[in-house]
Amino acid sequence: MSDRIFGAVGLALAIFYAFAASQIQESFLTDTVGPKAFPYIIAAILGLASAYIAFRPDPEPVWPPLGRLAEIAAAVVALMIYAQVLPEIGFVIATAFAAAYLSWRLGSKPLASVIAGVSISVGIYIVFHLILGLSLARGPFGF
Amino acid sequence: MDTLAQLAHGFDVALTWQNIGLALIGCLLGTIMGALPGLGPSNGVAILIPLAFTLGLGPTPSMILLTSVYYGAMYGGRISSILLNIPGDEPAMMTCLDGYPMAQKGMAGEALSISGIASFVGAFLATWGLILLAPQLVKIALLFGPAEYFALFALAFMTLGGVSSTNQAKAAFAAAIGLGLAMVGVDTQTGVPRMTFGEVHLYDGIDFLVAIVGLFALSEVFVFLEHRHGASDAAGKKVEIGRITPPWAMVKRCIPTMLRASGLGFLAGVLPGAGASLGSFISYSMEKRLVDREGTFGKGDPRGVAAPEAGNNAAAGGALVPMLALGVPGSGTTAVLLAVLLSLNITPGPLLFTQNPDVVWGLIAALFIANIMLLLLNIPMVGVFTRLLLIPPRILMPIVAMVSFVGIYGISGSSFDLMVMIGFGVVGWVLRKFDVPLVPVILGILLGNPMESNLRRAVQISNGDWGVLVGSPLAIGLWIIAILGFLAPIFFGRILRDRMTARRDEEGSLRD
Repeated sequence: MSDRIFGAVGLALAIFYAFAASQIQESFLTDTVGPKAFPYIIAAILGLASAYIAFRPDPEPVWPPLGRLAEIAAAVVALMIYAQVLPEIGFVIATAFAAAYLSWRLGSKPLASVIAGVSISVGIYIVFHLILGLSLARGPFGF
Repeated sequence: MDTLAQLAHGFDVALTWQNIGLALIGCLLGTIMGALPGLGPSNGVAILIPLAFTLGLGPTPSMILLTSVYYGAMYGGRISSILLNIPGDEPAMMTCLDGYPMAQKGMAGEALSISGIASFVGAFLATWGLILLAPQLVKIALLFGPAEYFALFALAFMTLGGVSSTNQAKAAFAAAIGLGLAMVGVDTQTGVPRMTFGEVHLYDGIDFLVAIVGLFALSEVFVFLEHRHGASDAAGKKVEIGRITPPWAMVKRCIPTMLRASGLGFLAGVLPGAGASLGSFISYSMEKRLVDREGTFGKGDPRGVAAPEAGNNAAAGGALVPMLALGVPGSGTTAVLLAVLLSLNITPGPLLFTQNPDVVWGLIAALFIANIMLLLLNIPMVGVFTRLLLIPPRILMPIVAMVSFVGIYGISGSSFDLMVMIGFGVVGWVLRKFDVPLVPVILGILLGNPMESNLRRAVQISNGDWGVLVGSPLAIGLWIIAILGFLAPIFFGRILRDRMTARRDEEGSLRD
């Protein structure tokens, strides 16, 4: 069933892609093939492959229980927040929080994950910024 | 003679303190990444590309660093195969079959050192193969026009799934996704924006580094979260090594095996659609058939360790041939290495050998240097690398995630790119769930634009006649190989797969 849904989504994507390709504004100075032809070919391949997947599905993949899916969703949200606040509060603080969160969710004890988070953050800061001179996000405190 | 002079020049380029230092760092990091389950050659190199890029390393030093990582990962994969019966990366799968039984017999040290020597022999011979074969391939490639190049790109996509591909429709799906993403941005030939939906950030197109790091590295973090697999696989297992030098008699017995496996592995690496995993698989199967008279293979025969290790390292070297000579990678990790070259504004292909001889020959010299370093590092220091297996994923995976963010943020300094990377991480996880290979996606993003421009140029030159795509014997030949390569797995895949899939799990999507 999963593969049938996957194929259907792929098919929808192919149709959408072909539609988006048809919306490309052609300039008056164009080559014989033009900017639309290759996207149409891609949409066709995408559509054919998706249709095949939908009609001849593979055995069902093992889906994780709902709790695990929520876990991944939570990690995605955490990382998105990290991406947004990184330029605001600086590399070291943001990274310590994000790394501690991931470590905690992967099964570290709360205290251990705080230690892991801080050491990962400070470690990366030392290696990449102080030794290798890479510019990391600067927060209000300069690190 | 000419080749030797160029090689000498290559050593001239490579032998600076900086480059040797980079090769050493690369070898160490590579071995570690190969050894740790969850990090393999392709995602290991993927994380490091943005870093090499932001550190402002030149083309030759970057390539030296990253190919050392590549070769190192091929060495490192065997460590956890032998000690824990868990392949550190996919090509090391076959090494489990005899490596682990050897370790159980208390011969872990011998298994590690014999496989180290086999890795060295495989990689060393393959590097010579690269030197001899690549210039010949370049001569053929110089005959290619746009139509032939288009056919060659199609060949790369159609064979990428490999003979052991599970579902060709999914490989095609992945390639179409990658090519589709490559179209995003301003069309280089007419200057019109495509698929950007008015988003200014997309006018430059999607940065392939962002896509690679998201698909390869972040999706791995999600896989670990899904299984809440936070404890080290080595925890609680007794990791005894014993003597680390093999008896000479054992080495001698393995020499013919190593040589044969190297040859076969190299061929598997050069041919499209094979790659290192298949290289180690066929090397092992061939040796089993040839020399296994007493039925000791699978029960801890040193030759059963030497064969797949020589095979996969030779294949790793062989896979560099089409990547450097044609600009068309045949495996996951070489696709990632292609990304390195492209991000440094170097286009691999036949012209690379004439326009950037420094890069090519410096790289080849660096492969020799890295190989010797790896042998020297791996035999005495194997105990240290073994200790690293104790690092649990609950520490390792946050490091992987954070270093990925550092690299991508370092390139652009924009949160938008980070969000795109997270998006790719999620897509990567979903695709891996559906058993859709990720490598064609990457290759599509990398090769989409050159593929399209060759198509348009070919048709343009022939005044709009699409027949030009099959207009020369060379092009027709390439199309035939492409179609055979696409159809072969449908007929032979099942047989091969049943023998190979003893222990392939979700790593399958990251196959190399």
